[in-house]
Amino acid sequence: MKILVAVKRVIDPYVKVRVKSDHTGVETQHIKMAMNPFDEIAVEEALRWREKNLATEVVLVTIGSDASQETLRHGMALGADRAILVRSEDALCSLNVAKILQKIVASEQPTIVMMGKQSIDSDNNQTPQMLAALLDWPQATYASTITLNGEHLQIVREIDGGLETLEIQLPAVISTDLRLNEPRYASLPNIMKAKRKPLDIIELATLGVSLKQHIKVLTVNAPAVRSGGIKVHSVQELVDKLQHEAKVL
Amino acid sequence: MSTLVIVEHDNKVMQASTRNVLTAALQLDNKPVLLVVGFECQAVAEQAAALAGVHSVWHVDNSCYQHQLPENVSQLVVSIASSFDAIVAASSTYGKNLLPRIAAKLDVAQVSDVIRIINQDTFEHPIYAGNALETVQVLDEKKVLTIRATAFNATTSAQEPCCIERIDTVFTQTKSVFIRHELSRSERPDLANAKIVVSGGRGLQSAEKFKIIEELADVLGAAVGASRAAVDAGFVPNDYQVGQTGKVVAPLLYIAVGISGAVQHLAGMKDSKVIVAINKDEDAPIFQIANYGLVGDLFVLIPQLIEQLKNDK
Repeated sequence: MKILVAVKRVIDPYVKVRVKSDHTGVETQHIKMAMNPFDEIAVEEALRWREKNLATEVVLVTIGSDASQETLRHGMALGADRAILVRSEDALCSLNVAKILQKIVASEQPTIVMMGKQSIDSDNNQTPQMLAALLDWPQATYASTITLNGEHLQIVREIDGGLETLEIQLPAVISTDLRLNEPRYASLPNIMKAKRKPLDIIELATLGVSLKQHIKVLTVNAPAVRSGGIKVHSVQELVDKLQHEAKVL
Repeated sequence: MSTLVIVEHDNKVMQASTRNVLTAALQLDNKPVLLVVGFECQAVAEQAAALAGVHSVWHVDNSCYQHQLPENVSQLVVSIASSFDAIVAASSTYGKNLLPRIAAKLDVAQVSDVIRIINQDTFEHPIYAGNALETVQVLDEKKVLTIRATAFNATTSAQEPCCIERIDTVFTQTKSVFIRHELSRSERPDLANAKIVVSGGRGLQSAEKFKIIEELADVLGAAVGASRAAVDAGFVPNDYQVGQTGKVVAPLLYIAVGISGAVQHLAGMKDSKVIVAINKDEDAPIFQIANYGLVGDLFVLIPQLIEQLKNDK
């Protein structure tokens, strides 16, 4: 079984995001970047499947500029076998990303496609579901446990009310949630080894997928800043303020 | 601009967020249609029909929709989509699971977590855990949107029930089969709609000690939430999580106990009207957004607070 894991390069989750002064987006120049943390969980899960001999190959794919090679090398340092970069300088909406991934699925023929449930930059939470729709595959989003059960997958999903268990047919698209696993760190020897693993670069233009613009970003603004309040010095003072000043009790 | 609202429900009761999504839909269209799809869900159709402003309810009732899985519900919605210019649902795990599948089948974009409708094709939504607000124009003719319920007031008034039209379209599917639910049952108010929320973080130290948060919540008639750290540590189940990847809440009063205030947590609660933070670390970032901060040992302060609230009753 081959597992294809789609990953995205995003601003490092520990960096404070700043909106650009011209309101066209957020500052990304000279900012530390990282693999989307939810995608890292997907990579980890795929690697565990290979280590348990449930999967034979773990292939990474990303779409982006040359800088995204760094993200793929990181994934291969974690243990992925090889990687594909679909090179594009454009900012792509989730639907266009899903259409590109659909092409890669057609050529790679994986049994499972995994990725994080959302990327921490756009926070859209769309691409896995869209890819499943385009492929007409079942989808299991927000997975917190995945078990292979013959020709089926049993998936426990994190939903608003608690947990939901589904059994889905293969091939399938899975989106990974926080509590699925805890990703490993890359060791230095593996970082060195990853430099020699195959990384294919495909120009988006040569992929033969027809894309159009669906969404136009008009402005990006910083949210209203919540002004800090006061420190109270006792429980009594707190209750008094909540009753008589804020009037919420 | 004819608008379809997909109603979230459990075949018996309509989710409260439907009232907020309806308010958003009414900004797009003065005659919105509410879709109730499920199995033996007539009661939900009747609840939806009585919401003020609803033009009609389309009711689809078949055992194949019992668990409302996206594989066939998306097919159903796509089959009726030609009647609508916009399709909206709450940005809950249900809506977020379903709407991208519908949008992709319609070959249109989807906008997530809409917090403001600027006009019929332009919407504002948060990105980067709410650290930036992006205004986007959808170039597709059909708009598919998930609505952040806390950003729109609930439609609370009722009307003489509008007409409920029964639709008998059946899409069976076998690719995905529902096995079971493990839902948290609680006598407390629902986290997403509660007027007061009390949340605990890593500072609570254990599942056993977390009970003090529940005790405080019960004195206040509040819902219980948690930070990701508390959920990851196993103090409480996943559905308690408030934050970027958990629930987004905006109650009248939010009390954060033993929560330092990571950006991911703030994303889920910073629109609360009044925020109280109780933490032993006076430099915790949560104090920067709290209206009232109290520095100290929560295991001393919370019992005092419970006592005081009980005495005031």
